[in-house]
Amino acid sequence: MGVLQMDEIQKRLLREIADLHSVPEGAYNIRSNSEAAGRRSTANIDIVSKTDVSGIDIHIKPGTKKESVHIPVVLTKTGLKETVYNDFYIGENADVVIVAGCGIDNCGNQDSEHDGIHRFYVGKNAWVKYVEKHYGSGSGTGKRILNPGTEVHMEENSFMEMEMVQIKGVDDTERTTTAALKSGAKLIVRERLMTHAEQRAISTYVVTLDGENASADVVSRSVARDDSFQKFDAKIVGNAPCSGHTECDSIIMDNGKILAVPGLEANCVDAALVHEAAIGKIAGEQIVKLMTFGLTEQEAEEQIINGFLK
Amino acid sequence: MLELKNISFNVDVEGSGTEIIRSVDLTIPDKQFVVITGPNGGGKSTLARLIAGIEKPTSGRIFMNGEDITEKSITERARMGIAFAFQQPVKFKGIRVTDLLRLASGKKLSVADICEYLSAVGLCAKDYIDREVNASLSGGELKRIEIATVLARKAALSVFDEPEAGIDLWSFQNLIEVFRRMRAEIKDSSILIISHQERILEIADEIVVIKDGSVDRAGKREDILPGLIGTQSAVAACRAAQKGGNA
Repeated sequence: MGVLQMDEIQKRLLREIADLHSVPEGAYNIRSNSEAAGRRSTANIDIVSKTDVSGIDIHIKPGTKKESVHIPVVLTKTGLKETVYNDFYIGENADVVIVAGCGIDNCGNQDSEHDGIHRFYVGKNAWVKYVEKHYGSGSGTGKRILNPGTEVHMEENSFMEMEMVQIKGVDDTERTTTAALKSGAKLIVRERLMTHAEQRAISTYVVTLDGENASADVVSRSVARDDSFQKFDAKIVGNAPCSGHTECDSIIMDNGKILAVPGLEANCVDAALVHEAAIGKIAGEQIVKLMTFGLTEQEAEEQIINGFLK
Repeated sequence: MLELKNISFNVDVEGSGTEIIRSVDLTIPDKQFVVITGPNGGGKSTLARLIAGIEKPTSGRIFMNGEDITEKSITERARMGIAFAFQQPVKFKGIRVTDLLRLASGKKLSVADICEYLSAVGLCAKDYIDREVNASLSGGELKRIEIATVLARKAALSVFDEPEAGIDLWSFQNLIEVFRRMRAEIKDSSILIISHQERILEIADEIVVIKDGSVDRAGKREDILPGLIGTQSAVAACRAAQKGGNA
């Protein structure tokens, strides 16, 4: 079965979350309404279904270079609830891009929910770029709910960059990310989030730096509009000579509410940990500046937010 | 042509009104290079902000080419052809120099166009084109980018509020060259500059002296400038800055 057999809504969701217009290059697994809509393994990347629970194991051979894996999920049936377990085994010295993401279109009156639990085992010296986009659409009263759980285990001198994006349409999210880093490992997290209406988004990180010279940089940029609520709770634990930085930079609009809970725990005298958090409305002078270019106030706001979340 | 007729502007300070601008009449004719000078705190910047629409006058009317624009918004005035360079440039997280110049010009500028605007203000384009207009840029860099955005506007009336402030490493000669080119390239355009730098006053067609919120003197440069030399209204640039050349 190929991607092209999906209906227009499914294809649109796929474009939103994975920039996919047709069958992707490289390895992929496309899940649509809890069923496999397409899969391809390659010589170096093997995708196999789990037998005990719903989900897949992705095995990336050591030394795999410049390959990609796409594992998008789309839901268009109202009332569908699923929990999926995907485990990634990334071999030593591999260099890969992994694109995940979930799009929900709910036109019905029952809640649709996808809870994706991702575990990453990143081998020594491996390099991983992980992109995860969430998107919701549909005019039904049923909620679109996504609760991603991510667990990252990083071996010596491995590198992982995680880009997490949720810009539109997801009513309720509780994201939990934990990571444990061995010596020389480096984790970069870039989260971008925008909530509207009555949406609620909670994002919790616990990053543990266990090895010497491990480092983590966790940065969230978010915009809370209308009556939405966000909580960003990021904790970095330093158990060795290491460096960690966490930052929450947020814009609130209308009646939006944001709670930032930065946390640092240093259990080693040579752990250098920093946190920053800033929440505020759009600076009036930014709007005025763009209005002097001929933009309306609303256009100015849009440009400022687009830039901020880019 | 821009006309200010009997413009006053009051602010409320601890319950009592303080007059920042009082009954100012001023005309900026087409094709003219006008410099507004005067002592600090005299109301010069307020006047510029009133023209751009950032502040609304307490009384009086403002006309552009005969049309009353007193009630027009910042946006409307911008679309009618008023550009404004802030004294303190605004910073934006995530908006790149390229994005800002494109927004200023209102069209999809080519990379070559962007390079031209940046080069005009003495910035090496390739180093700046993808930079964000944020706190990672120095005050002087932000100021030059601010001036570049006004160049990209190609407006009928360009207002600069103390363009030389913060441009410590860049020669005045280059700044003056920017103004000369603007006059040559934008047909019938006028330039209004708030400045008390002698070098900028020297290239003005007309000079207006604002003092205590009122027009103290106004007229052709040759009539006004001699009386200002050596006063707070015509400060000589420091010697290092006068040497010229690219910093």
